[in-house]
Amino acid sequence: MSNSSKKLTLDKKQNLTGWIFLAPGALLIFFMSFVPMFRALILSFKSGTGAALDWCGISNYTRMFQDSVFIQSIKNTFFYLIIQVPIMLIFALILASILNNKDLRFKGLFRTMIFLPCATSLVAYAVIFRSLFANNGIINLILVKLGILSQPYAFLTNTWSARIVIIIALLWRWTGYNMVFYLSALQNIEYSVYEAAKIDGASPIQTFFKITVPLLKPTILLTAIMSTNGTLQLFDESVNLTDGGPANASITMSHYIYNISFKYVPKFGYAAAMSFLILILVAILAFLQMKVGDKRD
Amino acid sequence: MKKKVLSLLLVGAMLGATLTGCGGDSNSSSTADNSSSNASTADTTPAADTSTDAPAADTSAGAQSLTVWCWDPAFNMNAMYEAEKVYQQDHPDFTLNVVETPWEDVQTKLTTAATSGDLSTLPDIFLMQDNAFQKNVISFPDAVVDLTNSGVDFSQFAAGKVAYSVIDGKNYGVPFDNGAVIGCYRTDYLEQAGLTVDDFTDITFDEYIENGKKVLEATGKPLISMQAGECDLIMMMMQSAGSSLFNEDGSANIVGNETLKIVMETYKKMKDEGVLIEVNSWDEYVGSLVSGDVAGTINGCWIMASIQTAEDQSGNWAVTNMPSLVGASGATNYSNNGGSSWAVSANCQDTALAFDFLASTFAGSTELYDNILSSGALATWAPAGDSDAYSVPNDFFGGDAVSAKIVEFSTKVPSNITGVYYYEGRDAVATAITNYINGADLESEMQGAADTVNFNMQ
Repeated sequence: MSNSSKKLTLDKKQNLTGWIFLAPGALLIFFMSFVPMFRALILSFKSGTGAALDWCGISNYTRMFQDSVFIQSIKNTFFYLIIQVPIMLIFALILASILNNKDLRFKGLFRTMIFLPCATSLVAYAVIFRSLFANNGIINLILVKLGILSQPYAFLTNTWSARIVIIIALLWRWTGYNMVFYLSALQNIEYSVYEAAKIDGASPIQTFFKITVPLLKPTILLTAIMSTNGTLQLFDESVNLTDGGPANASITMSHYIYNISFKYVPKFGYAAAMSFLILILVAILAFLQMKVGDKRD
Repeated sequence: MKKKVLSLLLVGAMLGATLTGCGGDSNSSSTADNSSSNASTADTTPAADTSTDAPAADTSAGAQSLTVWCWDPAFNMNAMYEAEKVYQQDHPDFTLNVVETPWEDVQTKLTTAATSGDLSTLPDIFLMQDNAFQKNVISFPDAVVDLTNSGVDFSQFAAGKVAYSVIDGKNYGVPFDNGAVIGCYRTDYLEQAGLTVDDFTDITFDEYIENGKKVLEATGKPLISMQAGECDLIMMMMQSAGSSLFNEDGSANIVGNETLKIVMETYKKMKDEGVLIEVNSWDEYVGSLVSGDVAGTINGCWIMASIQTAEDQSGNWAVTNMPSLVGASGATNYSNNGGSSWAVSANCQDTALAFDFLASTFAGSTELYDNILSSGALATWAPAGDSDAYSVPNDFFGGDAVSAKIVEFSTKVPSNITGVYYYEGRDAVATAITNYINGADLESEMQGAADTVNFNMQ
């Protein structure tokens, strides 16, 4: 009897210790993240101009499906998502397997070079891409000098080229970032597995698809969810690189939410409602990816 | 028991030390930083703006001191420093704390302060874009102070300029810089086409396009460059005929607006003829002016400051008025673009001092306006225009007394209705014009723009 009660207190004590360790982080996250999120949720059921807000039910949520600019921004964002994320992850995977080669020289240098774009500021790189693709920028200069174009092409003022420039910029910025995840996951694969495959006569392509990809599956899932999340919240590139143009052809959801809050007559309730739509979309996509990607039961 | 607690603490400390140690020199710390910045990309801008400017909060308590937000060191900040000197002549204890704050930041900070109900982060005086005045005063009526009875004599300012900051018959802003539209031309390019600046004075847009074709043929240079997706020129053309995108009751005036239709057709014609070239960004626009890629521009007179940075082109530029619209009722050769006004925030503890400061400097000192003229800050305060400094010839612009000329232009600018939903209207029309240039139907695009604006006004 006394023994079990003593055990209980030990359990309690251990629990208590656990909670003490958890508390600072949990409290910070609660007050800095969850409270504002809850306030935003309340805000999304209010409408009005500026600071004078009244309850309006779910009208903010029904409103966004009649908002042609917002629908356009959803289409644009999903275009970036569907095209850019797979290309980026495949590139990152290929680069990681190349750089994981034990016999490769200057490995550290290459890894640093590919990771370096991640260290640049989002605004700075967006502005640099804008000047690269300007009418008198270096890309046009090269294409004209090589005789591929007879006169400069306005990359950023044509619908499709503007979107493609954003995708190229995103690839440049984020491929190295995802590569680092794959590299660290590859370190955990025993090299003897590859040696065994080599002895069995597997080609490099076979080892890649039969060994590397299956063993990296959890990491691929992680990067896919993170990239999806990041792309749905895309903001800097749309604002600084194309300013959402031409004619809203490259505007993202977050950019439009910013405009509604700060550029136009502020409608914070509506902006909060649109932010929650992004949250729901991220949640749905992450759920789907986990269903498809994670076969553990 | 005590031992256990102690050992736990020790383990905690050790863990902390190891984690920090290994984070410091491996990739993991930068990876973690990046993942968090990735996740919060969309939030960073607003979040950063909620932070308080310490000096702003402190100085408002000081007796003879005011805090000011404005954004251009060479232009409006310089004007404030000069105003401080002028005011110090009579008030030696007075000090001014000018904080460089870009307009976008002023807007987000104002929005944040006003919506949170905590105005203590605001300065005493801040500069506000004229186009944003209506929107901000109507959205946040508690954030700014009514200046109607502040002792500033608003009748001495150009009427069209004052109108930007009048809401419900009350004055909320002391006008600052002049945004009268000028046409600037490269006389050396015009000469090659057998033209002079007189061929561009008091003309219509039809003549402008004809002249532009001649210049294009002779020099290969377009007459004007404009930033794609920003409809500055559209708005200038609209105001030159006294029209805008809104009616007096605030409703959208887009569908069936004959002036807008003429403006859009004229703009497309300029683009199609190659007289107008669209560039992607503001830097590219200024670049096209100073590098000689275009033979001129039409913009608010503040653009002269940018043009004059190309010192090698001194003497090759001339200033005149803008072309007028053909077929629009009330068409003139004068318009306005940009410009800003000083507002007093509700956080100002010593409004009497702020009122007196503004009334005796920006609304009462020719000396101030003479001192800041060299930076391109032209007065909208009528008495300043009579000063001798305004008739001094400017060698960069071929020895012309451009300042006096622009003050004269500014008195002729037709007043129009900015509208609370100015930026919504502007973006909707920018979308419409882009689609129209790319071959869409004009009527349906105007309808689309009107739908967007009406939707935003709901």
